[in-house]
Amino acid sequence: MKDGVNGVALGVFIFFFLAVTVIGFMAARWRKAENEASLDEWGLGGRSFGTWVTWFLLGGDLYTAYTFVAVPAAIYAAGAAGFFAVPYTILVYPLIFTFLPRLWSVSHKHGYVTTSDFVRGRFGSKGLSLAVAVTGILATMPYIALQLVGIQAVLDVMGVGGESGNWFVKDLPLLIAFAVLAAYTYSSGLRAPALIAFVKDGLIYLVIAVAIIYIPIKLGGFDAIFSAAQHKFAGPPGGKPTGAIAPGESSQWTYATLALGSALALFMYPHSITATLSSRSRNVIRRNTTILPLYSLMLGLLALLGFMAIAAGVKVKNGQLAIPQLFEDMFPDWFAGVAFAAIGIGALVPAAIMSIAAANLFTRNIYKDFLKPDATPAQEAKVSKLVSLVVKVGALVFVLTMDKTVAINFQLLGGIWILQTFPALVGGLFTRWFHRWALLAGWAVGMLYGTLAAYGVASPTQKHFGGSSKEIPGIGEIGYIGLTAFVLNVVVTVVLTVVLRALKAPDGIDETSPEDYTADAGDPGVATELPPATAGSAH
Amino acid sequence: MPESTEVKRPVITPLRVIIALCLIAPFVAMLWVSSYAKTDPALGGIPFFYWYQMLWVLISTALTMIAYKLWQHDQRSRTASGSHTSDDNKGGASK
Repeated sequence: MKDGVNGVALGVFIFFFLAVTVIGFMAARWRKAENEASLDEWGLGGRSFGTWVTWFLLGGDLYTAYTFVAVPAAIYAAGAAGFFAVPYTILVYPLIFTFLPRLWSVSHKHGYVTTSDFVRGRFGSKGLSLAVAVTGILATMPYIALQLVGIQAVLDVMGVGGESGNWFVKDLPLLIAFAVLAAYTYSSGLRAPALIAFVKDGLIYLVIAVAIIYIPIKLGGFDAIFSAAQHKFAGPPGGKPTGAIAPGESSQWTYATLALGSALALFMYPHSITATLSSRSRNVIRRNTTILPLYSLMLGLLALLGFMAIAAGVKVKNGQLAIPQLFEDMFPDWFAGVAFAAIGIGALVPAAIMSIAAANLFTRNIYKDFLKPDATPAQEAKVSKLVSLVVKVGALVFVLTMDKTVAINFQLLGGIWILQTFPALVGGLFTRWFHRWALLAGWAVGMLYGTLAAYGVASPTQKHFGGSSKEIPGIGEIGYIGLTAFVLNVVVTVVLTVVLRALKAPDGIDETSPEDYTADAGDPGVATELPPATAGSAH
Repeated sequence: MPESTEVKRPVITPLRVIIALCLIAPFVAMLWVSSYAKTDPALGGIPFFYWYQMLWVLISTALTMIAYKLWQHDQRSRTASGSHTSDDNKGGASK
């Protein structure tokens, strides 16, 4: 690591940061609606986004700064095992092609803003809806915190903050970044990240394109890069290998279950759903499944940067710093600044969407369902704005007061937890057969098993939460805990549903009807539910 | 959840089977890890394991695109020959 502050890189970084801040505040006036004081407007951008805005928004939302830092960091540390992110994102799109249009339709018809809204409407169970909402909030919070970790990594490498000085000077840049983020999310809602996502993805694509061509040339080609990696993973003579270029027999189950489990979980996250529901029609979603994989390709290339960091001789104690450090070592200062800006802004977009999504969950499914059932749309929007601030401050406190590994542990748990809402949500989209109490029991079993199993995983550096894989009971292979918990969840749900149906346990009231799941914008009854004000304001 | 429209059409048609296959294929390919967990043949210095999976990004994109086009076709033909409510079952059978 170079000593001192990298002035040029920092200057470029600050330039982009300021530009994005201006965009964030201006976004409030973009496609502005007459009736702006509602959750549909603030929290879903008026449900008006077309194919391209949705593409940028979802891309900006799913491929976060933490992804950019963590995926190559995993490759840097262990090789092939970290590449599961690619099959994972391949599997996501056939999945969402199948179920998200149905969620979009039913949400439009009934004005649902969150997944919990749907679960409550479908199963007539506030308890189940509360479980889904709480799971969503719990899983999102550490994810926001990790975005901060991403920004911190970049600031560290630029020499800002770092180890020197007292805690206030050290954390000041992060505090400023977050204050700005909080302010424009508050004023512009989902429109801010939607616009900023254009800048973010433009920068990311540029940086990846340059990195994937420029760095291998400097390092002597991919042959040299992979043989350097091979050499490093072989470990010291006589020692154990530290990684692999291709996964061995024993790690293939882990690879496959991680890919599948993560793919199933991704669209259970509130922020993915928020970005999806903001689109204009169900065709926008299907069309997006055909263009979103561009991001997967980018992710694959990005992952290869982990090998390049090895070949370039990047030595960092904290693996999270490997990629920022690679950029600083390889690129001229000004372009390193662009790359850092890409990562930094890459943290702001998802952090904004995540805080909006968590705020929507709180407002709709805790505040409105339990605290103030007669809340007006204006009150809902107001509460949501405030909660989005609270959520961000919470994440900030989390990062500043606790060790980074705590945030990472919780994010790992969050992935396991959020997967447990799959049966209620996706099951509910296709069938009403599941009993609400059975779903709740299945969820509880999955949560409990997942948490306990993850707690019991030790790693060389940690006694608990050392990883996300463990032996699958009954199969004996090592697999993703989240997926095991999910299977357990489904089994409990099915068995209990059979029992409860036999006992004739009372069913909740289903407020949806079959044709709601296929309704499209413009159908009778759908258009009228939409906020009427978006027309004539597009510019 | 098919509705009772005047012209009852089968829920499972050859076209829909093709759509389903397009959507299932990536799962088979990607979860069958042992089929690609090797380093040779390399492509431009990149081991098989990596370029094969990135190739599948493109293949699965093409498959999803085909599924999307076929689905549109399916819906259009249903709307054309069915009654007003024939918009039924979008997404229902594509699982």
